[in-house]
Parts: sequence; structure tokens; C-alpha cells
Amino acid sequence: MSAAPLLMPSSDVAEVELAAAPPTFWQKLRRNPVAMISLCFLGALVIISLLAPLIAPYDFARQSLSERMQGPSPKHWLGTDELGRDTLSRLMYGARISLTVGLAVEAMVVTLGLAVGLIAGFAGGWLDNTLMRVTDVMLAFPDILLAILLLGALGTAASSPAISILLVVLALGITGWPPLARLVRGQALTLRKREFVEAARAMGATNSRIILRHILPNLLSPILVAITVDMAGVILAEATLSFLGIGVQRPYPSWGRMINDALDYYRSYPRLLIAPSILLSLTVLALNFLGDGLRDTLDPRRRQ
Amino acid sequence: MVVAYCIIPSMLRFLAIRLALAVPTLLAISFLVFFAGYLSPADPVDIALGEKASPELKARIRHEWGLDRSPLVRYADYVTGIVTRGDFGNSFINREPVTTRIARGFPNTALLATCALILALLIGVPLGIACAVYANSWFDRTAMTIALLGVAVPSFVLGPVLVLLLSVRLQWLPVVGFAIPSRMGWQYFVLPTFVLASRSLALIARLTRSAMLETLGQDYIRTARAKGLSPTTVLFKHALKNAFPPILTVAGTTFGFLLSGSFVVETFFTIPGIGNESIRSILNRDYPVIQGMALLLATIFVLVNLLVDVLYGLLDPRARVAAAQIRRQAEVKS
Repeated sequence: MSAAPLLMPSSDVAEVELAAAPPTFWQKLRRNPVAMISLCFLGALVIISLLAPLIAPYDFARQSLSERMQGPSPKHWLGTDELGRDTLSRLMYGARISLTVGLAVEAMVVTLGLAVGLIAGFAGGWLDNTLMRVTDVMLAFPDILLAILLLGALGTAASSPAISILLVVLALGITGWPPLARLVRGQALTLRKREFVEAARAMGATNSRIILRHILPNLLSPILVAITVDMAGVILAEATLSFLGIGVQRPYPSWGRMINDALDYYRSYPRLLIAPSILLSLTVLALNFLGDGLRDTLDPRRRQ
Repeated sequence: MVVAYCIIPSMLRFLAIRLALAVPTLLAISFLVFFAGYLSPADPVDIALGEKASPELKARIRHEWGLDRSPLVRYADYVTGIVTRGDFGNSFINREPVTTRIARGFPNTALLATCALILALLIGVPLGIACAVYANSWFDRTAMTIALLGVAVPSFVLGPVLVLLLSVRLQWLPVVGFAIPSRMGWQYFVLPTFVLASRSLALIARLTRSAMLETLGQDYIRTARAKGLSPTTVLFKHALKNAFPPILTVAGTTFGFLLSGSFVVETFFTIPGIGNESIRSILNRDYPVIQGMALLLATIFVLVNLLVDVLYGLLDPRARVAAAQIRRQAEVKS
């Protein structure tokens, strides 16, 4: 744009040109206050969970029986739990667990969903039919039920905390890809008939080149929207599994596990229940709002 | 009547195909759950007898329960037992038949889930309609914000919060416990049903609103209004009728949410249903019970999905035509 005034001396024309320029992604997203607040909240959460070992006042597993069930104080900003563990520190590490599980599961979902969706969309025929049949069957099972059954059979309840996180990620990833595979297949079916793909094909591009250079870039926006909203569901699912005792195991402070532990005392100490509940709900809400905001910003049909 | 006469044969064929497809689905589920249990490191004999039992006793029990055979033989035996005798095996913990466990827990879960579904529909649909009619009013905004919270706040948070508020503070309802309404009074039933219904209620309200908004913007609604029909007639006879199929689909998927939601709600309110029973079996690593519950839930999902598809076809002629077209295209292709 800096070269424009040289080419066009009339400032009026330049201004018209500027006004007509479509707003960039950031400009559009910044106009959406709810999405921006959500983004800031999630950004803060990411920073806290990255820095948890440095900024958490105590270790998440450090017990101090003389300081049980304390209310908020300068020493323990959010008080302590039934074993004298610092609630604030546990919440910080809990954010770490939620986000790790969320991101790892989404990485798995994107890999599996892209693979299945692209193969189905491009191969067609019996392969497409079989893959979509499997996808339909898995879609028929709602929510986390398959993950519950899988984890039950694999036996997380008895495994070490680190293994239990791995198993939770596996279970949620294995059961979570079908919606994305559906989305990718649908997009691939539409995109492969578009002129630019046909042009590339006419110029002799191979299938893999078409997928990598022409299809994938066009899939980025819908996938980004889908995984943002889906991550809310994954984080909720991890908390649910941990709440039920078959997810992340003690002493790791998953928010779901903290809520379950707090249930033994919640009538006298509701604070223990409320802190992780609020964080969990806010995280889920923020991811939903951000997903909606991204959809409004990225969806080509909504562009003026 | 003529229409119904034409529908029935194609409907029956559709039903037959779908029922035939349900069999491999259920087989796949049983295979998955059976072998996941087989691959898990825990030894069922250790679980039943404790690790200190003598090796001779362990070997005898292992032989008696048929655990020394190859896994494929055991799986085949398991499936034949179900198909021929309705035998889902016995619990590792107390040798009780799995069918007895299911028969004990299932009525409670079914009652709870059905009541929750009815509650979600009774509140969710009218709420969604009202929000669509008064779109973007303060009523609409408030209701939709609450609905969004209903989706984001998990039931294991909503349950305790409501108990704190309604039972501990206000003392309107009993704190925990569960009873069939007719025998012990309805109070024990209210909170679990509402907590279980909350997420489905929110989803149904949101979906009804968007489905109604879409139909209300159609040309035929304008025509109906221009003809001078009363707003009530337009709303209920013209708009709702056409918005209903998507609502029905969501009600179907929501029934699935209700069954898996019952895991959490039954655990929190200590309700003796299959959700609670499954979680206890999972924590005890009682594999035959886990497998039985998994198959039961899978069967329910398959049947509910089938029912929704059939109803969808009956309610929405367009879906029937589309299905027939897809079938014809598939036939042409192959």
C-alpha cells in the first residue's frame, strides 16, 4: 500500500481503495469482544500452565496436615484442601492437565480425521462406503460413553498417574475423530470439483500435490473452528472421566478429580468445590465463544 | 391413508436393512470391549480371589471359569452364550449373573432417562419457540445465555450446586437419595431428573430456536400470514410442523447423552442404576459386568437411532424422497 500514493496522486481514490480493502482476520476478530475476552482468558491459562512449576506457590502434591481445610490467607491465596494441599497450586497444575489432554487429543483427532476424511473423499467407492459406515457407527455413540467403556476395559483406575493421562488421551482420541472425518470428507468432495483443482489436475499435478497444496490450505479454517469447539468437549470429557475415577489418577490434580474429592466435604467447605468448577466451566465457555467467533470470522459465507 | 399405504413397504425394507446392519455393529462393539478387557494387565482370578490365594486354587478356578482357553474360543463362547441362552456370563466378584445386575439397575436408569427426556422436551421446545418468536428480545438473550451455561456447566458441578442451594440452604428437597416417585414421594426424584435433563434441555432449546427461526423466515409462512391466518395457526400448524424433524433428531441424540449422563448423575446421587453399576464394575475391574453393560447400552443406542430415523421418514416426506434418491444413485453406480 505504501507505493499507492506514487501511482495514484489523487488522495480520494486512495481512500476509496483503503475502505474497500476487506478487513484482515485479526481486524475482524478484534471487533468481537466476547471472542477476544475468551482468547485472553485462554491465553492466560496457557501461560499459567506453561509456567506452573515456576509460579505455583507450592507443589501440587505437597501435603501439610497441620494446615488442613484452611480458608484463603496470604500464605494460601485460595486456601487448602483436606490434606493441606494448596488449592491455587493444584488449580494451576490442573490447567496444565486439561490443556495438555485437550491439545494432545485434538492432535490425534486432526491426524485421524484428516486421514480418514481425505482417503474417503478422494478414493470413493467401497473404501469410502466402508470408512463412512464405521464413522456413522461411532457417531451413533454419544459423548464419552465409548471412552468410558474403553478406559474401563483398559483399567486406568489401577494405573500410574502418568500412564492414566496417556490412556485418557488415547481413549478420547480414538473415539473423537468421526465428526472431523465427516467434515473433511464433505469439504474434500466439494473442493475436488472446484475449478482450481481441475486446473491443477489439467496441469499434471499428482493427487498428493493437489491434496497438500490445494485441498489442505482450504481445509485449515473449518478444521480450526471445529477443533476449537471440540476441545471444549474434550476438556469436559477429561474432567468427567477423572470425576468418575477412571480418568487422570491421584495425585495429579485434574479439575474433575478435584471436584470429586471436594464432594466429600462440600456441604461444610463449598469453596473446595466451587474453585475448580468455575475454572472448568469458564474454560469450556471460552472455547465455545472463541469457536463461534472464529466461525463468524473465517466462514466465507458470512463475509460481506 | 393412500400415502401411508405407499410408505409401508419401503419403510419395512428400510427397517430390515437397518436391523441387519445393527448386527455387525453390535458384534464389533462386543469384540472391542471383550478384547480390551482381555488385553488389560489385570488377572480376573486375582481380582476374584485376591493375590494371596494358593496357585492350585487359582489354577482350579481359572479352569472352572474357562479362562485357560484361547481368547478367540472364549469370545466365540461368550457370543454364542448371549445369542442362544441370553447368558452374559457371571460377575467375577460374586458370581452373580450379569443379567440379574442389569435387570436390577435398568428400570431405575430407564425411568430417570425417560423422565429427563420428557422434562427436556416439555421445557426446551416451548422455550425455543418463545425465543424464536421474540428473537433478540431480552427474554431471548437471557434464555439463550442460560442455555449456553447449561451446555458448559457439567452435571457434576450443577448437581452439588443445586443440592447446596435447594437442599442445604433452603431445605426444600432432600440432600441425597433416590426413590421411585410413587413409593417414597416425588422429592427424591426431582433433582436427579433435572440435573440429568439440564444439558439436553439446553441443547433442545437452542436447536428449536434456530429451527423455528429458519422456518419462520420461509416464503410459505409469509403467504400463510398474508392469507389472514391467525398467528397461533401459523406458528403451530405451519412453522412448528416443519421445524419438528430436526428437533426430533436432536431428541434422539439427546437420549444418548441422557444415558451416558446417567453415569455421573447416578454416581453423585447414589442411584442404583446401570450407570452407577458400570462405574463400580469398572473400578472393581469386573469385566463380564462391564461387557454386559456395554452391549446393553450399544443396543439401546442402535435402537433409538433406528427409531429416530423411522420417525423422521414418517414426519418429513423430503427425507424419504432423498433417501430413495440416494439409494437409486447407489444402485446406478454399482
